[in-house]
Amino acid sequence: MKRIKGGEEGSAGESPPEASKKVRTEPESEEPEAAGESPRCDWSRLPQELLLHIFQYLPLLDRAYASQVCRGWNEAFHMPELWRCFEFELNQPASSYLKATHPDLIKQIIKRHSNHLQYVSFKVDSSMESAEAACDILSQLVNCSLKTLGLISTARPSFMEVPKSHFISALTVVFVNSKSLSSLKIDDTPVDDPSLKVLVANNSDTLKLLKMSSCPHVSPAGILCVADQCHGLRELALNYHLLSDELLLALSSEKHVHLEHLRIDVVSENPGQHFHAIKKSSWDAMVRHSPKFNLVMYFFLYEDEFGPFFNDEIPVTHLYFGRSVSKEVLGRVGLHCPRLVELVVCANGLRPLDEELIRIAKHCTQLSAIGLGECEVSCSAFVEFVKMCGRRLSQLSIMEEVLIPDHRYSLDEIHWEVSKHLGRVWFPDMMPTW
Amino acid sequence: MAPNSIHWFRKGLRLHDNPALCEAVRGAGTVRCVYFLDPWFAGSSNVGVNRWRFLLQCLEDLDASLRKLNSRLFVIRGQPANVFPRLFKEWKISRLTFEYDSEPFGKERDAAIKKLAMEAGVEVIVKISHTLYDLDKIIELNGGQPPLTYKRFQTLISRLDPPEMPVETLSESLMGGCITPVSDDHGEKYGVPSLEELGFDTEGLPSAVWPGGETEALTRIERHLERKAWVANFERPRMNANSLLASPTGLSPYLRFGCLSCRLFYFKLTDLYRKVKKNSSPPLSLYGQLLWREFFYTAATNNPRFDKMEGNPICVRIPWDRNPEALAKWAEAKTGFPWIDAIMTQLRQEGWIHHLARHAVACFLTRGDLWISWEEGMKVFEELLLDADWSVNAGSWMWLSCSSFFQQFFHCYCPVGFGRRTDPNGDFIRRYLPVLRGFPAKFIYDPWNAPESVQAAAKCIIGVHYPKPMVHHAEASRLNIERMKQIYQQLSRYRGLGLLASVPSTNGNGNGGMMAYSPGEQQSGTNGNNSHLPGASGSSVTTGNGSRSILFNFDSEEQTGPSNVGQQQQQRLHTPPQNQQQQHHGYHSVPDASQNITSSRLYHEFAVPQHPGLLLHTRGSITGKRERESEREGSGEEEPASCSVNKMQRQSAETS
Repeated sequence: MKRIKGGEEGSAGESPPEASKKVRTEPESEEPEAAGESPRCDWSRLPQELLLHIFQYLPLLDRAYASQVCRGWNEAFHMPELWRCFEFELNQPASSYLKATHPDLIKQIIKRHSNHLQYVSFKVDSSMESAEAACDILSQLVNCSLKTLGLISTARPSFMEVPKSHFISALTVVFVNSKSLSSLKIDDTPVDDPSLKVLVANNSDTLKLLKMSSCPHVSPAGILCVADQCHGLRELALNYHLLSDELLLALSSEKHVHLEHLRIDVVSENPGQHFHAIKKSSWDAMVRHSPKFNLVMYFFLYEDEFGPFFNDEIPVTHLYFGRSVSKEVLGRVGLHCPRLVELVVCANGLRPLDEELIRIAKHCTQLSAIGLGECEVSCSAFVEFVKMCGRRLSQLSIMEEVLIPDHRYSLDEIHWEVSKHLGRVWFPDMMPTW
Repeated sequence: MAPNSIHWFRKGLRLHDNPALCEAVRGAGTVRCVYFLDPWFAGSSNVGVNRWRFLLQCLEDLDASLRKLNSRLFVIRGQPANVFPRLFKEWKISRLTFEYDSEPFGKERDAAIKKLAMEAGVEVIVKISHTLYDLDKIIELNGGQPPLTYKRFQTLISRLDPPEMPVETLSESLMGGCITPVSDDHGEKYGVPSLEELGFDTEGLPSAVWPGGETEALTRIERHLERKAWVANFERPRMNANSLLASPTGLSPYLRFGCLSCRLFYFKLTDLYRKVKKNSSPPLSLYGQLLWREFFYTAATNNPRFDKMEGNPICVRIPWDRNPEALAKWAEAKTGFPWIDAIMTQLRQEGWIHHLARHAVACFLTRGDLWISWEEGMKVFEELLLDADWSVNAGSWMWLSCSSFFQQFFHCYCPVGFGRRTDPNGDFIRRYLPVLRGFPAKFIYDPWNAPESVQAAAKCIIGVHYPKPMVHHAEASRLNIERMKQIYQQLSRYRGLGLLASVPSTNGNGNGGMMAYSPGEQQSGTNGNNSHLPGASGSSVTTGNGSRSILFNFDSEEQTGPSNVGQQQQQRLHTPPQNQQQQHHGYHSVPDASQNITSSRLYHEFAVPQHPGLLLHTRGSITGKRERESEREGSGEEEPASCSVNKMQRQSAETS
């Protein structure tokens, strides 16, 4: 920290804007002063490698000011190493509270540094203008070779509002020009099957991560094509409607590397929606192929839509129930999820989840994190659950209202009892009474 | 000569337990109780008619009580700083008393008045009586920083002496020889104005559900205690359909305006508990309602930007959507979700809603569905909610939007299911949204799902007579939970798959206290020291140098529970990571899921500023679950440039 401070003092001081003004307007008077402070230190002769190291710690603006000090520093400012990562923030005053990346800076980057960019992300607010601006930048990234590209909607997904053809053509510019893409995060975008084909044609050897939750224009066949060709794929995130037995079998083919992370969002479009089932044999194949893979599933379903789920063993490791889920389904979870590591239940009916929790403690021997929102559990059952899981429960987040005092434990007693079994101080989560 | 006193009422609108007021009359020749009201300000202020009415009723009640003591209330039209010098002269004042105001703007205003008074040779006496404790003492006990978790706050409180006993109610005997000179035109000059005089249109205004005033407050507290005694159960009452409605035992607006002394409430609760539970000593949870209020006052007292996201060192920066149309729908009860709209209607009509109803609408507006800034919601509450106090209002909104105070964010109240569970029959909906009266209970929380025949029979077509739902809740929760997770993962630098572990925490249950707080260094989150860290980019909490002491205090205190806890964690800390050599690719390198275990100690590195390079190495070696530097560079989500850009933008905004 000290060293960095020193660097700052030498370049721009505590308040860069003023200091740099000084440097610009009266360079003569500034230099002797600095020299007077540390007579034998000539900052301008700092080796480039050191300068680079320091610059890597400096915010962009400070680097910009420093670059005005001398020719050497100006050269350092443009070193490719400093331009590998960039996050474009595209916000409109009308739709965001946050500032946007300045258009001049964007122009500069495209002009001078686009060939240096490797890890690029776009954070766009909920306006279509921002998403279109992102597409415009994308379509100019012709002479670069990106490794990572992330399109991130920070509020309402705005890429979905951009005309599909505009989005696709911008995205395929990157796919075609960057031939070694390894990570691609394009959740909530209008990406479609043909554009995925372009991705596969150009980047199949390098692609390791693909996140595309809620991309309505992709079909199961489209994603299957990716899985068939991209044998290095380790992380994949998509919606349940794209998940198929064929996809799992493709991912567990011999040519394919071990999958590490599969994230599935199960979202109901309208009540009573029917969901297909995945065969146990497909999951088994997946586990045989990638014994350590994590299966993360987020459910946002109505209670009566759980029919096809958890009837057979499923290798899920992280489960999140975003809406009310019935006792019965949680009972099935206790029976069929032997690899479960984390379970979060946001809501459940008014009947206590006592037996279900105990069953989960018994069968889910890997469980180390649990969160309960609007549920009810009797204090005795909860203590029993904690006792069975013991210290492997590293995350235990239970809303205070969840715990129903009974003849054995009051609310004040339960935190001691639970703390004892966990081996650390534990309290239920409290919400303000206001 | 006996002094002439002014007692300045602001909050603390009561004669009972009012130590500053007692000081005003002690040995004084004359006393005048004043309240400042700026009629110009009134009409244009952000405060709604219900709150004004409540205030005026409080003032009426004070005036009536003072009359019984041959005194009067002086409602002064104007601003204190402009009017006080004249009053000091005109009334030959030598003593000014008022209740201590802990809020930053109140402190600033009071400092200015104190200065004015001193220049005029007026003695100023200030007494604490709006809070149970001297908040500065709590902060001092916590090493100079306000506690940032409720648990920590409770720990501190339990080490303090109990609050001071309430002082005697102002009475004739306490007044002694002290008189109030009242002129014949008092009513004209100093009377309590009417709502009309303040420019409010009162035609068709229904009578107040919550009548203001000390007299009402004292009746209510007796009823409140009677009911508690009758239930004889001091645990938090479980919510049901009935608790949604305004209760004649509700106290929060009276505490807010100080019609009811929090200390009186505190000691009455204590007495009752001892009487019912045969002298066992009461648990802290007995005072929950009072302590939460105290907690937020403490958190806010030295933070003038407590009600803002930008520049507020304890607030997480979240890229909220700016969306005036959606905000208006929420505020005007037109969301299309009957549960949300009924609550917002009740709020507008009556000025009070149940605290879980507050959670429901706040969650809906912010992290649950609409992704709109908590500041906007806070402003609406400020207008409508009788008990909205600057500190408590802002603090609660930050809490409910998961913008501070580190709680788990996994739980979003469902705008359909939560209401249905609370009031399965839907009577609450029918009461506040008569248009939906005809719907059967089955569909009253999601009328858009009712078949057309049911809608026709209910004489309410969704989309015509009542709006369709403004968001697809399942889709919105999916998006929002993901965003919160990203934001919190950046904060905690947790890169695993777990949702729960992404909230930085001290003991694994979301009650963490690791958030660094350093007043006066509000921008340090984007300064050179830590701006290169991924966690400090775009949407992060400011970390600063003042954090060390908080953390170490926190450590030693919170882990004194069951034996060997400390050792346990020590061991854990030194356990070598199982999977140090992680893959170098992608957004996540996927750690072994079992490594969740180390997350309870993450806050150490999170808060203590170190040399950046060192920090990065420590990160890798302690937890194994975070990416090492090289891996981080390969991550597009969190790279150094992002923060640089932020800073650049901020600073160019400042300089231009």
